[in-house]
Amino acid sequence: MIGGVITPHYKNTAKSETKIMPVPDKVEIPMVHHIGAPCLPLVKKGDEVMVGTKIGDSEKFVSAPVHSSVSGTVSDVRKILFPNGSYVDSVVIKTDGRQTVDPGIKPPEVNTREDFLKAIRESGLVGLGGAGFPAHVKLNPPKDKKIDYLLINAAECEPYITSDYRETIENSWNVISGINIVMEFLGIENVIIGVEDNKPTTIKILNDIADTDKKITAVPLKSKYPQGAEKMLIYALTGRIVPAGGLPMDVGVIVMNVASISFVAKYMKTGMPLVSKRLTVDGAVIREPSNVEVCVGTYIRDLMDFCGGFTEDPYKILMGGPMMGVAQYTLDMPVLKQNNAILAFNKKQSTLPEQTACIRCGRCVRACPMKLMPQQLDIFANSNNTVQLEKFNVSSCIECGTCSYVCPAKRHLVQAIRKGKTLVSMSRQKK
Amino acid sequence: MAENRLIVNSSPHLKGMRSTSGIMLDVIIALIPAVILSVYFFSYIAALVILVSVASSLFFEFLYNLASHKKQTLGNLSAVVTGVILALNLPPAKSSIWIAAVGSFVAIIIVKMLFGGLGKNIFNPAMAARVFLTVSFAGQMTSWYAPGVDGITSATPLAMAQNGMTTGYMDLFLGNIPGSLGETSALAILIGFIWLISRRVITWHIPTAFIASTALFTFIFGQDPLFHILSGGLMLGAVFMATDYVTSPTTWKGKMIFGFGCGLITAAIRVFGSLPEGVSFSILFMNAVVPLIDRYTVPKSFGEVKKNA
Repeated sequence: MIGGVITPHYKNTAKSETKIMPVPDKVEIPMVHHIGAPCLPLVKKGDEVMVGTKIGDSEKFVSAPVHSSVSGTVSDVRKILFPNGSYVDSVVIKTDGRQTVDPGIKPPEVNTREDFLKAIRESGLVGLGGAGFPAHVKLNPPKDKKIDYLLINAAECEPYITSDYRETIENSWNVISGINIVMEFLGIENVIIGVEDNKPTTIKILNDIADTDKKITAVPLKSKYPQGAEKMLIYALTGRIVPAGGLPMDVGVIVMNVASISFVAKYMKTGMPLVSKRLTVDGAVIREPSNVEVCVGTYIRDLMDFCGGFTEDPYKILMGGPMMGVAQYTLDMPVLKQNNAILAFNKKQSTLPEQTACIRCGRCVRACPMKLMPQQLDIFANSNNTVQLEKFNVSSCIECGTCSYVCPAKRHLVQAIRKGKTLVSMSRQKK
Repeated sequence: MAENRLIVNSSPHLKGMRSTSGIMLDVIIALIPAVILSVYFFSYIAALVILVSVASSLFFEFLYNLASHKKQTLGNLSAVVTGVILALNLPPAKSSIWIAAVGSFVAIIIVKMLFGGLGKNIFNPAMAARVFLTVSFAGQMTSWYAPGVDGITSATPLAMAQNGMTTGYMDLFLGNIPGSLGETSALAILIGFIWLISRRVITWHIPTAFIASTALFTFIFGQDPLFHILSGGLMLGAVFMATDYVTSPTTWKGKMIFGFGCGLITAAIRVFGSLPEGVSFSILFMNAVVPLIDRYTVPKSFGEVKKNA
């Protein structure tokens, strides 16, 4: 990998076996868990739903249906304010605690590539690494793109998070059989599982059970953030460079998160759509840091209670890791499909230091995995210089946050760059 | 629970431990061997000059911030670094005590603060101040004393070389030679260099390119490269002044060009110029072209596709 930074790992929950959280009294399932078109609710207030009942779908290609994670009654269909500022349709379900499974749930019959892609769409699978890109879109590259590598992302480079690690240990066979299924239906011949070398157990287990098939190998990667970023992973495992603005399929690669691939196997066996998710719950103010499997739509508040509550008032609640996670404004936000951690921080961890003058030390330039010049982009973004922002390839920024992390002057670099990206895309729209 | 206290900001939510003041502290630590040796060779005069230089640097920065109603910035320790480096550039003479104060004024107020403070200055403050002092107080700035307190002025090895005299390598390496406080001992600076590299404060690019190109060009110009490496302010300049973040390029390619240019100009001044020493002028000149170097050394971004013109 180019650049990057060695952050503290804080993998405190690595040894915490997944606990299953009992069904809460109420869940709220938003119609957006993914990149793409939002779903429209298929249920209304008063409707009965069961586990696996489809409650939201869209006719758009880039979208993924949403299913009920519980059995119970729809108590409300309302708008929920996401931290990104958008209002999203959301279905509130009062649970009955019985977790009755929808009678329509049965293993999908899959014989062809088309069947497979249709089944994946129906499963509601989105990229579980965090981005939430609909899996059936990712697995369906145009005919002219020859795919010869399936890469499984088990790098898990974000500090704190261990949910993928637990997946590889607790559900190793699902990982391998999920890989076999995708290989078979998409006709991909080579599979590499990328794992940061701070997780030797994962590498050993997966290589042991994949032994019968030499074409699947788990490979150790340097434990350096952002090793698990898609473009970095592709470069590290295949030496291929995804062109700016391009997708992994442009270099013949499909990347799937390890939890996603494991889900594929589970779904093919049971037909149960994506309705539950393992999360790492950690951070200084969490009484019992652990890995927890929860129903999609569980409120963060209920999850916190399950983990023993807070030892002191939280000052920041993150959905995701500390490098790229999204700060929540309330505990009444439901867990989403692609969510892999909830972190709660104390006051000291939550307050960012004040920005001081850039001393041009060049640490951000050396650390940027995309070989950008964050320090220049910071200046251009703050002066609204769209021309220079574009010239310095601001749109290539993957917002990994490495530049902000390494900056000794505590500049809010990636934050400024985000603004710069918005400026550029706005000016492009005007043209 | 006080939920309205939840802080919402955009990622990342984790910051590294490195800070500007921490980096400056590392530079100060790296300067300690040179400071100790200068006191060893030149006695209390050296200590006094360093003290006055640091104190007045801090004082002028404090005063400027006070007068312009800005937040105090002494905490970033950059004024201390400037003070020490400036002192190490002065001759070990009593006159250096008041010259240090004047130099601090030029370095801090004129070269740094008037340009917008730390990070905004075009020229290295200590370097620009040294050049200012050399031009303004030519006599005092070249009254070199040999180590010891016998108060005998003598020419520096570089000046002697211009008249065809030689100095032993070992004396040059240890610093047992006439010269400014900090530039005499290559050994002390080498220790500081190792500290800076091991603490990852600087990279090897600028010092190596600077020293290598000085050696290369003095050799091409028909002189002894080893003598030129060990004498004068080359080591001090290459390790501590040319590597000043603010006034040097940020990319490794830019750093190499910068160091190479410094070496070329140093060699040219030493061999062909009327001055015995060229390090300060070469660094100042290269400081001025940093924006130009930056402009032509923008790295190709990862996955960058050639733009259609």
